[in-house]
Amino acid sequence: MISRRALMASLAAAPVAAAGAAAAPPSTGGRRRFPNPTLLTQDNERVAFYDDLMKGKIVLVNFFYVECTGICPAATANLLKVQELLGERVGRDIFIYSITLKPLEDRPAQLKMYQEMHNIKPGWTLLTGSAEDCELLRRRLGFADIDPVVDRDTANHIGVVLIGNERIDRWMACPVQTEPTQIVRSVSWMGR
Amino acid sequence: MLTRRDLLKYGIGAATLSGFAPRWARGDDGGGARTPFVTEPFIQALPSPLIKSSFSSGTGCVAALPTTGIKAGPDKHQFFDAEGCTPTLAYTIDVRPGMHQFHPHMPATKIFGYDGTFPGPTFIAHYGEPILVRFFNNLPADHEGFGIPSITTHLHNGHTASESDGYPGNFHDSGTYWDNHYPNILNGFSTGPTNSCDCMNTLWYHDHREDFTAQNVYAGLAGFYLLFDDADCNDEKRGLRLPSGEFDVPMVFADKVFDAEGQAVFDFFNLDGILGDKYTVNGAIQPFLQVKRRKYRLRFLDAGPSRFYALAMSDGRPFVQIANDGNLLNTPFERPIVTLGVAERQDVIVDFSNNLVGDKVYLLNRAEQTDGRGPTGNLLTPGDPLVEFQVVASTDDFSQIPSTLRPPPVSDFTGATTRFWEFNRGNGQWTVNGKIFRPEEIRAHVKRNTKEVWTLKNGGGGWSHPIHIHFEEFRTLSRNGRRPQPFEDRKDIAVLGPGEEVTVGFHFRDFLGRYVMHCHNVVHEDHAMMIRFDLEE
Repeated sequence: MISRRALMASLAAAPVAAAGAAAAPPSTGGRRRFPNPTLLTQDNERVAFYDDLMKGKIVLVNFFYVECTGICPAATANLLKVQELLGERVGRDIFIYSITLKPLEDRPAQLKMYQEMHNIKPGWTLLTGSAEDCELLRRRLGFADIDPVVDRDTANHIGVVLIGNERIDRWMACPVQTEPTQIVRSVSWMGR
Repeated sequence: MLTRRDLLKYGIGAATLSGFAPRWARGDDGGGARTPFVTEPFIQALPSPLIKSSFSSGTGCVAALPTTGIKAGPDKHQFFDAEGCTPTLAYTIDVRPGMHQFHPHMPATKIFGYDGTFPGPTFIAHYGEPILVRFFNNLPADHEGFGIPSITTHLHNGHTASESDGYPGNFHDSGTYWDNHYPNILNGFSTGPTNSCDCMNTLWYHDHREDFTAQNVYAGLAGFYLLFDDADCNDEKRGLRLPSGEFDVPMVFADKVFDAEGQAVFDFFNLDGILGDKYTVNGAIQPFLQVKRRKYRLRFLDAGPSRFYALAMSDGRPFVQIANDGNLLNTPFERPIVTLGVAERQDVIVDFSNNLVGDKVYLLNRAEQTDGRGPTGNLLTPGDPLVEFQVVASTDDFSQIPSTLRPPPVSDFTGATTRFWEFNRGNGQWTVNGKIFRPEEIRAHVKRNTKEVWTLKNGGGGWSHPIHIHFEEFRTLSRNGRRPQPFEDRKDIAVLGPGEEVTVGFHFRDFLGRYVMHCHNVVHEDHAMMIRFDLEE
């Protein structure tokens, strides 16, 4: 019979892979952190989420849908002020992304209409994609509620804006309804 | 035959005491992240943080401090020149990156550390001995990964002025320093009379950077600050004769996940609360502590980020609890399980004199917790071992467990201003009375040297919130409409389990300025579950 001590030593001899039930090993940054699905912009352009939208950039990301009458109108109004305050940096080294929660309804044409209706300027991209890809991103970026009942209620969806600098792997999130100046202040903590 | 997976799942080896089988630190975090290292338990000794030495002493001690870099603040200190407040000891803390070995079978891990260490050095402070600590931010401005090289240091439950309190907005960047003045003086000193009933003893200091507290504390910015007085005096032959010196053992619990390179992983994209699959105690994964056959004072601290503990001894013996949140109780209280929410401190006495040399006893966490919401309420059997106590020798014991420790102050809250605070969640955002934290918004104007009664209510959804109020600790007046337990009287954290409501009373004394109340699940805190209140004339 193998002694406890020997068993421990054998198990501890070298780093071993996580037990089968475990999820993928935690990632430390970059592409391993983000999936890279192909999405469509309001102009019907195909973009790779990580390669084209995140890599090396300072970003603000939220989720929304065109017909939302809950938190989205206020969130969009707030982000418009943020875009104005950030000025020409938006589209140069800072990028704003709003990903739809209803990719089946919000196709590029609907996103385009939303962009024009709100006078959203370049540097802020509205995104849709397949239902699976949008759902994957929603979950990986922390926009799913832990309570499945709450999570199914799209009208009460998560109202935060994720703010980060992919180049230095610095991330935070803040309520999208906070003062626009507070969001701009948070962006200033992301370095260059 | 047992597979490796079974072994990991069930723990391995023959049962030792009371049917208890030692096992690995267990992964149960909701995010599913797992550390890809097997860390054999109980092969490293419990680290003892260094004791911090002063840089200079006496009159002029502050002027003698180095001034490398730019002074970020504060412009002035309240009561700096008042009798009993002028520092007689001055310290420097070098906040910098370091490398830390959490387990011998893992590579060293990059940390942020006070003096480059985790835990940070322990301050041994005394009432009547005011100090000043100069915190140099020597974190690299070009730091990459979680954590931000921008800091503000909070002495948790210190009776300190706002400018020395680590207000979240008072952060300062790389290459700058900030002076915190800790007068180590009794509450009410500016109006008198003071009462030694207000003494507090087990404090800790940690980073409080706005929106980045969870990341910076997880990176390593936490340490003990032990405050002594004439009764709790760090000498077991005097005063209350509590176990002292090497027999007074602070333990800070912090759970973490590591990646394949041994680096700590912080899940940025979880706004609920994050759990680690490795239990660390004083920076070591599942250490042992060699003990002698006598009484020990163990000071438990939960440094989070989000885990709750239900601590128990493997042989079922009760702890003798002597303090809660650093406040000595009126009388010692026997509890088989001592619970600990994030940032709470519980001091207990454990007596090993009835053990034999060679015995092994385990400190267990029996709380089941599967996500950031809080403990499920189930008790694990046997539980996860945190520390193995190895009884190695006999020795003298001059300490005692006094029948009376510290009678609480007489407090009359008749006519006090009342306030109501509900802690809630909406659209995935954390709120207090339905509002998110805005640094410039003063949610309560509190008049200096007055009393207030606050009701703290958990808004529901199955979440637990350890609520911390800065500056002035409180008396717990009721929990869910009932008289509180005798061990939750004077506190600075009120744990609100699902649906709970706690009423607390304060006597806000001495200092003016801005302070905060927040959830100490630091992930909730960083996502705006905080209010600012100001002490005003």
